[in-house]
Amino acid sequence: MSGATVPTPVAPSYVLTVNGTEHGVDASWLGESLLHVLRERLGLPGSKAGCEQGECGSCSVLVDGDLVCACLVLAAAAVGTEITTVEGLADERGTFTDVQQAFVDAGAVQCGFCTPGLVVAVHDLLDRVPEPTDLEVREALSGNLCRCTGYGRVVAAVEAAVAVRTSGGAP
Amino acid sequence: MSEVGTGSRTGVGTGTPGGVGTGAPRPDGGPKVRGEFAFSGDLWADGMLWGATLRSPHASARIRSIDVGPALAVPGVVAVVTAEDLPGSRYYGLEHRDQPVFAWEVVRYVGEPVAAVAADHPETARRALAAIVVDYEVTTPVLDAEEALVGPDLHPDGNTFRHMWVRRGDPDARGPVVVEGTYELGMQDQAFMGPEAGLARPTPDGGIDLVVSTQWLHNDRDQVAECLGLPPERVRLSLGGVGGAFGGREDVSLQVHAALLAQVTERPVKVVYSREESFLGHVHRHPARIWMRHSAEPDGRLVSFEARIVLDGGAYRSSSYHVVANAACFAAGPYVTPNAVVEGVGVRTNNPPCGAMRGFGAVQVCFAHEAQMDRLAAACDVDPVALRLTNAMASGDRLLTGQVVDGALPVAEVIRATAALPLPPAAGSEPMGRPGAAGLTTDAGDVVRATGFAVGFKNLMYAEGYDDDSHAACRLEAGLVTVTCAAAEVGQGFVTLAQQIAREVLGVDDVLLAPADTAIGSAGSTSASRQTWMSGGAVEKACREVRAEVVARVAAATGAAEADLRLRAGRVVSDGGAVPVDLSLAAVTAEEPVEASVRFQHRTTFPLDADGQGDAHVSMACAAHRAVVDVDPDLGLVRVVQVATAQDAGRVLNPTAALGQVEGGISQGVGLATMEEVVLADGAPRNASFTDYLIPTTLDVPEVVVDWVEVPEPDAPFGAKGVGEPPVISSTPAVVAAVRAATGRPLTRVPMAPAAVAGVGDAGDGEEG
Repeated sequence: MSGATVPTPVAPSYVLTVNGTEHGVDASWLGESLLHVLRERLGLPGSKAGCEQGECGSCSVLVDGDLVCACLVLAAAAVGTEITTVEGLADERGTFTDVQQAFVDAGAVQCGFCTPGLVVAVHDLLDRVPEPTDLEVREALSGNLCRCTGYGRVVAAVEAAVAVRTSGGAP
Repeated sequence: MSEVGTGSRTGVGTGTPGGVGTGAPRPDGGPKVRGEFAFSGDLWADGMLWGATLRSPHASARIRSIDVGPALAVPGVVAVVTAEDLPGSRYYGLEHRDQPVFAWEVVRYVGEPVAAVAADHPETARRALAAIVVDYEVTTPVLDAEEALVGPDLHPDGNTFRHMWVRRGDPDARGPVVVEGTYELGMQDQAFMGPEAGLARPTPDGGIDLVVSTQWLHNDRDQVAECLGLPPERVRLSLGGVGGAFGGREDVSLQVHAALLAQVTERPVKVVYSREESFLGHVHRHPARIWMRHSAEPDGRLVSFEARIVLDGGAYRSSSYHVVANAACFAAGPYVTPNAVVEGVGVRTNNPPCGAMRGFGAVQVCFAHEAQMDRLAAACDVDPVALRLTNAMASGDRLLTGQVVDGALPVAEVIRATAALPLPPAAGSEPMGRPGAAGLTTDAGDVVRATGFAVGFKNLMYAEGYDDDSHAACRLEAGLVTVTCAAAEVGQGFVTLAQQIAREVLGVDDVLLAPADTAIGSAGSTSASRQTWMSGGAVEKACREVRAEVVARVAAATGAAEADLRLRAGRVVSDGGAVPVDLSLAAVTAEEPVEASVRFQHRTTFPLDADGQGDAHVSMACAAHRAVVDVDPDLGLVRVVQVATAQDAGRVLNPTAALGQVEGGISQGVGLATMEEVVLADGAPRNASFTDYLIPTTLDVPEVVVDWVEVPEPDAPFGAKGVGEPPVISSTPAVVAAVRAATGRPLTRVPMAPAAVAGVGDAGDGEEG
């Protein structure tokens, strides 16, 4: 959006730390959400804008390790935090996390719009609760809406990822 | 947790890794889990503007004037357009161009586009919309379909989208047992997760490139070209990543708006709907009011069927004409019905337009006919499943339209297979697993468990003489296979299937699927469960032509007999015969590629006559569902514990993907039964958000148990039927039947309001309640 006429109030320049990298944000509208800044200013469109009111979970990211909807966080208020998006989950580009691999293998991806948010949410769950019960999985993911899968393969993917971790696979 | 049943899948694949019959993974799965897959809302271009749409707040009004001056004065606004700025047609429409791109003189529904702006920041665009001054003279809307049928015309085309009859046998025939009921369905929304989005770019030749989420690139292209006053070849559409569709992207939404803004500003314009605008900006499932009367012999054998089906199509036609036909043709369900009189009506009102949604008319009538089958079973004092078996249609029987079902239609088989699936264990002690879930309001002792059964069917592909086809191309060069087809991948898995088919036919591992765009012939719409058959068939045909050419080329070069040559693991090898051959496909096509471009069609269908008779349909698919529910009858809370299903699939070409379709479809059917409705007040959607329009979450979906009934369809590629729609059709009535069994209440309306389930207050249960 370089050269754009930015609506008032204009935010002072600030820095966001996303996936371990510092990004400067200049001449932005103060009302821009973290989701908007990630997607439209920092070139990180992996987090999806499904509802922009914290209901669908498609924009789930980690802010200082806490699972949040990026649409509900003002970007300028996230200064000084460590933000992890779906793009930052895998160690290097071109490889999968165990959860991402399980999603592919189990058929948990259809249109895939909800998938990045679900993947982030599953990582958050399994980092907190390594061996969740079925109801714990369902409760933890109930903030991530999916319209295609009916969640059956998603839950199967979580089980598969747990099985890999508990059998000594890579965390 | 779900289990896959044990339906036989032998005899489909030939053993090619990732070929037909395997659970080959999606080619786009990796990019999607890493967040690298570009959905249409993720597009970006240098110098890009943001488009936004002004929509009518009134269901019915005259437009006295529109003043765009204040919006143009907002810093950062580059253009404001209205109907007057359209160089070409002011109307669009999927089947019939009756819908204004921008309203002028009159608005006919809440959400109707009036103007659009392009600005250099999305917030600026929103502010500009607020600055446009539209002087409305509000008029009284017509919001009831029956009133609209007899009231003044809301549109020059009149208020009746279609009024049809299906008459079969003796209209006066009556059996001794008669049951009758009236049923209602609310307005369901497709609620796909990715809101409408697209990026339009002007091209140097004065045309437009549009990347957009859609179900039918070519139909969109033609509508955009007409409205922009351009020849079709100067409008090029490419498929942007689609975040689900379910029928809701068959109609044009932002396509013309974005393209016009790009044309006027001569800059790229991106439009991304908010969730609210998505609810306002696409068609919904038709709300319905359906009366039915069945008569039968004392043993439950059907004698006569009468129905009147009224579908509220909202302000514009969209696909209402054909939704009415589907509802009328399949009104009796997959049951042998010798005598029938069915009236089907689709009506224009000032409600939001309705059109295609998964199940397309069959969903509405299935809710009614399955309730009727349960009433009939009770009246005849026979088991509901046995009653359905008594009347189950099979190959060789006739539809209500008189058409003989000459393909596979294993209705009795899906009923028996569903009934045989295991029931869930007794309810656990965990409160989160009870009705109300996270509300934790239900005591375990109050929970009643019950079971319901339902069966449904519908047609596959387009009907009534539509010249339905799909184009595809296959190119084999230096051993690399590239398949090109304009079929819209909306999540259903065509991209996987196209690769599977090419691998199967050409004996290769790697198949590149070219992007879908209008540079090739149309693949038709991704709807009506047709792409596996139509575009799958086109890909198969193209690959088989390439294979034949390769075999001929190798035979000519080596002297081997064509019949002895096989394509396997990227090589051409001889299988017996006098001349041994072992050549790589890379070598065979190193100097000259092999290419085929094909058109694939299904059998010819014909229009219905005045009595709704005729061979109008290509093929049918059926499924049965058995739902187990836990209900708190005092609080009216329902938890769907399990849905078991057996589905007629012809052949399952990808068990993983097919299972995903079934689980996803059942989720939508459960949603319609229990929670999903666009609630209107004075024609205005009151719940256009995911806060208020509820779709099932992980805590709302049941365990799904699936079995497949595989009877190959004679005319279909690999014998496979599309599997997308049956899961949603009879899952809804099965859930409602189970809740009826738990509560004893009639529950003639979906979604079932908790008050209706509990039988209190104005329960919204249209009839006996």
